[in-house]
Amino acid sequence: MSDTTNHPMLVVLRHAPHGSSWLREGLDVALVGAALGKTVNLLFLGDGVLALRSGQQHGPLGQKGTHPTLDMLEMYDIDTLLVDSEALTQRGLTVADLQLPASPVEAVSLPELFAQHSPIYSF
Amino acid sequence: MNYALLVQGAPYSQQAAHSALRFAHALIVRGHTLGTVFFYHDGVYNASRLAAPPQDEPHLVEAWRQLHEDHGTSLLVCIAAALRRGIIDEREARRHGKEGYTLEAPFELTGLGQLIDVHTSHDRLVTFSP
Repeated sequence: MSDTTNHPMLVVLRHAPHGSSWLREGLDVALVGAALGKTVNLLFLGDGVLALRSGQQHGPLGQKGTHPTLDMLEMYDIDTLLVDSEALTQRGLTVADLQLPASPVEAVSLPELFAQHSPIYSF
Repeated sequence: MNYALLVQGAPYSQQAAHSALRFAHALIVRGHTLGTVFFYHDGVYNASRLAAPPQDEPHLVEAWRQLHEDHGTSLLVCIAAALRRGIIDEREARRHGKEGYTLEAPFELTGLGQLIDVHTSHDRLVTFSP
């Protein structure tokens, strides 16, 4: 196996907030990884880009919501947020609509991105 | 190689757990080691000791337990994901004032930190999600 010990960890978030617990439980893995001293990068793919949309509120379902967790990322030194640029466009969004600064990535660059990370957790 | 599996699908609802189990058996047949199975998200339901599937269907909980018995595979269940879904061992049940419990050895409630550690202690981590 190639030496991946110095690679940053990647958490891939593919689900929108509120509809399921995928986003919250994925972010939990990112926070625990960071708390254990790993360098953690986040990739918001597909519907996952909606997680970053600014202006979110707590829903009527009694869920905590994930937007307060996003505000905590900086405290955990999670500052590389990558966002699927095609998914943003498809949903009528630009990076200016997002709650936090995020770098758009193109689908063609994903294989290289995955190769640079280990482990990769997908939610 | 020493493998770890991350299982995130509930048994019987979706294919993820069934596929994970088949993969587990296949890699052992090929001479690899299955060190750990980590259950997260709805995958924690795989640990329910109260599962009672019909006799003509595979018994997933029993199959995971058998992996532990035959091959020493650790069966780790994320405590945060499990407790809020009612997957709870005797000790936690007492602590929360519950009468029954739904998880027992060889399944173990553990923190998410163990999932992060799995990466350093195993050669491969393979995820099975619905």
